Amino acid sequence: MKDHENTEYKGSTNPFVAWVNADPAPERKPKKEKKQKTAGAEKKAVASSKDEYAAYENRIRKFNSFYKPMAIILCCAFIALMIFVVTQTAPFGIADVPSNNEVSYKYIEDGLKDTGATNVVAGMILDYRAFDTLGESSVLFTAVMSVMILLRKDRDGSLVNDPAEEKVIKEEEKISRIHRDVVLKTMAGIVSPFVILFGIYVVLNGHISPGGGFSGGAIIGAGLILISQGFGSERTKKFFNFKVFTIITSGSLLSYAALKCYSFYTGAHHIETGIPHGIPGAILSSGFILPLNIFVGLIVACTMFGFYSLFTKGEI
Amino acid sequence: MGWFTNHYYEIAAMILFGVGFMGLLLNKNLIKKIVGLNIMDTAVYLLLAQRGMIFGRVAPILGDNLNPSAQQYINPIPAGLVLTGIVVSVSVSAFSLALTHRLYKKYHTLNLDEILLKSKQEKLKAETH
Repeated sequence: MKDHENTEYKGSTNPFVAWVNADPAPERKPKKEKKQKTAGAEKKAVASSKDEYAAYENRIRKFNSFYKPMAIILCCAFIALMIFVVTQTAPFGIADVPSNNEVSYKYIEDGLKDTGATNVVAGMILDYRAFDTLGESSVLFTAVMSVMILLRKDRDGSLVNDPAEEKVIKEEEKISRIHRDVVLKTMAGIVSPFVILFGIYVVLNGHISPGGGFSGGAIIGAGLILISQGFGSERTKKFFNFKVFTIITSGSLLSYAALKCYSFYTGAHHIETGIPHGIPGAILSSGFILPLNIFVGLIVACTMFGFYSLFTKGEI
Repeated sequence: MGWFTNHYYEIAAMILFGVGFMGLLLNKNLIKKIVGLNIMDTAVYLLLAQRGMIFGRVAPILGDNLNPSAQQYINPIPAGLVLTGIVVSVSVSAFSLALTHRLYKKYHTLNLDEILLKSKQEKLKAETH
């Protein structure tokens, strides 16, 4: 299979890599025949390509003159239709409407008994609908992976194709390393421990108070970004490099899946899970919801910091 | 006026959706298109969140109330749905911003028309040589 690819595409250039890098596609063999053309034919080809380019430009201009009014008309009609539709729905803030049905009553009335969480929303998203939350975590994981494919530095450490531009970026980095902003540095030193501590509090209290893995993880990620801004990426790299990132995200996702597999298996067979629900309102209560919140918080924190560092430096 | 007073949150959400949609359609700048998409997401959160609201009831945090009745608390389901929406919105924004970053590195512009023209030029150049 690999030999076949090598023969079809020139050199070792992988067409997928070229596509990701937005380079022109590697030349295929049949195209080589085109090179054997006379000078006159080549000139003709240049002239025809100029014509084609002008035609394309004209086409875009024509499309724009037609596109703008059509977009405005379509959008206004669409929004008018949507407003008409929402005014036909049930009124706002009334209990006796179809959306407040037995499903939400079941969650509120039996939620504490079934899950042990005093925060009904946490009990809902991490127990009744835990599969949905696993999907959300996977979406975040996939997003950070695809951003990594697009923005991570190449193996030789080059961020951009243009060496002159790379030199400018490196110079700017050097200047910002020497002349670090004093206000930002001092405030980051004072504020970031409290931000991260608050994030941990929100994650750990997700099942008894408002909050949970997603919001707490976002707060922890913001604290990490603040440290990275104030003290430079060398400081965060000491405890958060690519290896740690990979281990935490994939480990949390796998542990989440394993825990939920256990409770789905036991639940489907009507076996007792053996995990006590504890006293409602205590920090060690409500079965799996606390560890699931921690895993989700870790994934979200890593994802937020990963987005930041990939967009600023092209590496984690 | 009943159609307005009973539905003002939904109408506001729809108008916000329209603002975001127009921003997505009419801007040539790719970053502004992504901002428009995010405004549309916000409109969807508003539409979902207002569905769960019931006058005179509180958020479903039970606290010391160990025998909750459904008549005391608002609907918890839209909160879970909004959470899903936020996560997807963050992921889509990050992915599209990364794509825009790559396009800017390649073509040194964020204008969609210029990017189209430049890519056409490149294609024609590759064909002639």
